[in-house]
Amino acid sequence: MKMTKHDVAVVGIGQTKFRSKRRDVNIPEMIYEAVKMALDDAQLEPKDIDALVIGNMDHFEGINFSELMCGIEAAPGYLKPVVKVATGGTTGSSLAICGYHHVASGIYDNVLVIGWEKLNEGGATTGIITAFDPVWERPSLAGALGPLALMAGMYSAKYGITAEQAAKVTVKNRSNAANNPFAHLQMPNITIDYVMSSQMISYPLRLHDCCPQSEGACALIYANEKETKKITDNPAWFHAVETAHYYTFGTDDKMYDLPTATFASKKAYKKAGIKNPVKDLDVAEIYEPTSWSELSWTEALGFCKPGEGGKLLDEGITQMSGEFPINPSGGVLSTNPIGATALVRVAEAATQVMGRGEKRQVPDVEKALAMGFGGSLWTEILILGKEPMR
Amino acid sequence: MDKVAIVGCTQTKYEADKIDQTYSELVFEVVKKLHNDLGINNDDIGCVITSSNDFNDGRTIANMAIQDAVGSVRKAESRVSGDGAFAFMYGAMRIFSESYDTVMVVSHCKCSEVNQYLVNNTIFDPYYQRHLGLDQVSSAGLMANMYMNKYNVTEEQAARVVVKNRKNALNNPYAHLQEEITIKKVLDSKMMAYPLKELDFPPFSDGAVAMLLAKEDVAKKMTENPIWFKGYGNCTDAYYLGNRNMTDLIGLELAAKEAYRMAGVNNPVDDLDVCEVSENFSIHELMIYEALGLCDKGEGGTFIEGGETEMNGSVPVNPSGGVLSSNPTMANGLIRVAEIVLQLQGKADKRQIPNAKTGLAYGMNGICSQGNCVLIFGGE
Repeated sequence: MKMTKHDVAVVGIGQTKFRSKRRDVNIPEMIYEAVKMALDDAQLEPKDIDALVIGNMDHFEGINFSELMCGIEAAPGYLKPVVKVATGGTTGSSLAICGYHHVASGIYDNVLVIGWEKLNEGGATTGIITAFDPVWERPSLAGALGPLALMAGMYSAKYGITAEQAAKVTVKNRSNAANNPFAHLQMPNITIDYVMSSQMISYPLRLHDCCPQSEGACALIYANEKETKKITDNPAWFHAVETAHYYTFGTDDKMYDLPTATFASKKAYKKAGIKNPVKDLDVAEIYEPTSWSELSWTEALGFCKPGEGGKLLDEGITQMSGEFPINPSGGVLSTNPIGATALVRVAEAATQVMGRGEKRQVPDVEKALAMGFGGSLWTEILILGKEPMR
Repeated sequence: MDKVAIVGCTQTKYEADKIDQTYSELVFEVVKKLHNDLGINNDDIGCVITSSNDFNDGRTIANMAIQDAVGSVRKAESRVSGDGAFAFMYGAMRIFSESYDTVMVVSHCKCSEVNQYLVNNTIFDPYYQRHLGLDQVSSAGLMANMYMNKYNVTEEQAARVVVKNRKNALNNPYAHLQEEITIKKVLDSKMMAYPLKELDFPPFSDGAVAMLLAKEDVAKKMTENPIWFKGYGNCTDAYYLGNRNMTDLIGLELAAKEAYRMAGVNNPVDDLDVCEVSENFSIHELMIYEALGLCDKGEGGTFIEGGETEMNGSVPVNPSGGVLSSNPTMANGLIRVAEIVLQLQGKADKRQIPNAKTGLAYGMNGICSQGNCVLIFGGE
């Protein structure tokens, strides 16, 4: 079979309001909220959807082949192709990238991409601990917060980043979240003191240096050039999708930076024709599981030099009012429905490109970056723009 | 745009309990063999798609464990959670989208490390059905009973599937169960879920499979014998068994129709030279014949009695011995693809179907053919 490569655009967006507990709905009901919103947004009927890509992390809710339940019961997957992709924290961006290839390959004209998690029906940390090698890693360095605390400690020791600078990230993101109707933790009046006096979880991470766990779903509809034209005159086009992995054991690496973010972003910038990310991109939605990681990731993504993440923040460049706002949505520190978290980054980047961010809109966005982070410290980068690449 | 070809594939021997190898060692075995067979190294691989399942591996993010083994250092890897046939398709998409020139697809499973009945019970919804204790055996019993009742298919006819596949497995050095059995032995085996008996079901196996996909010009440089990807269909049936037509595999039927349309297959019996299908129990293979259009509805039993799907029949099905002989669950679909590649390359040795030009591989997700992926390949 011969196929023709297509340009791909986001044409419909749906997100639930994220909360720590959604006791009013079961899993399919919760996902349906985001699916219905995306379908309405693209003015499509369930029958119009060609294929589904859906994912979460199996162990968190304890449902095997969850796509076979949720793709049918919560979304229009009956008698359609349904594929599940699950890669840990990057699940959402892996879904977003898989959806891109569904349409770019010419196999399908459109695709519905869904990420979700309902963490209070299972246990995230219990699930994450089993990701680590049962012999070498599980007894010493397993789960999410242990390795992230180690990274924060190494990073701050290497570059002299202070707890106050880290706390400023939380203050920035959670006050941004107040402008985002879907965000989980909306704290417009949060202060640096409040973050720095919160409970110590795993040195140097305090409670408010860490992301919450949220319940909710995110759904996106992509289409090729021809279908996009019929649906909207305001789509967000994909310019680049990239993934980079590194070692199986995170501790094989230096831990004070994130090399995969550098590998993936360099490739993506090349593809999207970006020379200076801070100037050529208008906004970034990055995957910061802790306050410290946002500072470190900004370096790895080439927004500033190594060790200057704190300075970039102090100069106000990444604030809403700055030259290059990071996480206008409030980021992962405000909202973290794991299987959907990285897809929310893509949804928010697309929202910015479409100019539909309302109170959280950055003015005149032409190009936006979305990032996924997870697994054994791997990174995915997606770049979206107002115009198609070619 | 370019076409997509498979340039090489490798498999482990399938066994009940590969206690001397971890998941990643199993994967490394097939990846290394693939490198050696093709005379390539890790730099020749554009990206990697893996297929695995967290429940079967007993690990969240099961692909984390095999990063080193698949060589995805500074490279892109993504994981389809489910059967390997679906991973193959994602790999092919990445070439069709002009993102990569070559993609390695790998699938692994070690059934020996977990209780497969519990793993399959967790496929059922947590609110209403899981507590009933449904799993792959009890649900297969329900399906087989309804199908046999509707179409008057007999237990002897079902047993013939097992006899055929086990006999074929004798010719496949990778196969797990290599022992010829009789219809009587199948009929006399322990009842599992009426009307299905112990030997109507596959064993549980450990193993891994890998293959390299390449775009047209790269494929031609890498091998004299590329196998071209010709057709694809993917269709998902209803989730709740009560919402399904349990006597016909509707999802597979629609997936096959789509794949046939794409590949220009008009009459499957004439146009297909060989099929490798994921038959999860004896009766399932008869139902698969019907859904693939190899015979009419309800004719699966008489079709196998006529010997049509035997090695020397009009359309041989599962020359490898199929799932009934080797069952590393998540890898089953990709093994079907690998076996079709060997057939079309003329490298299937003792299990070779003479002059095989077009072949079909069928991979399945979930319970009783809920998720269906049909792939068609050709040598030219």
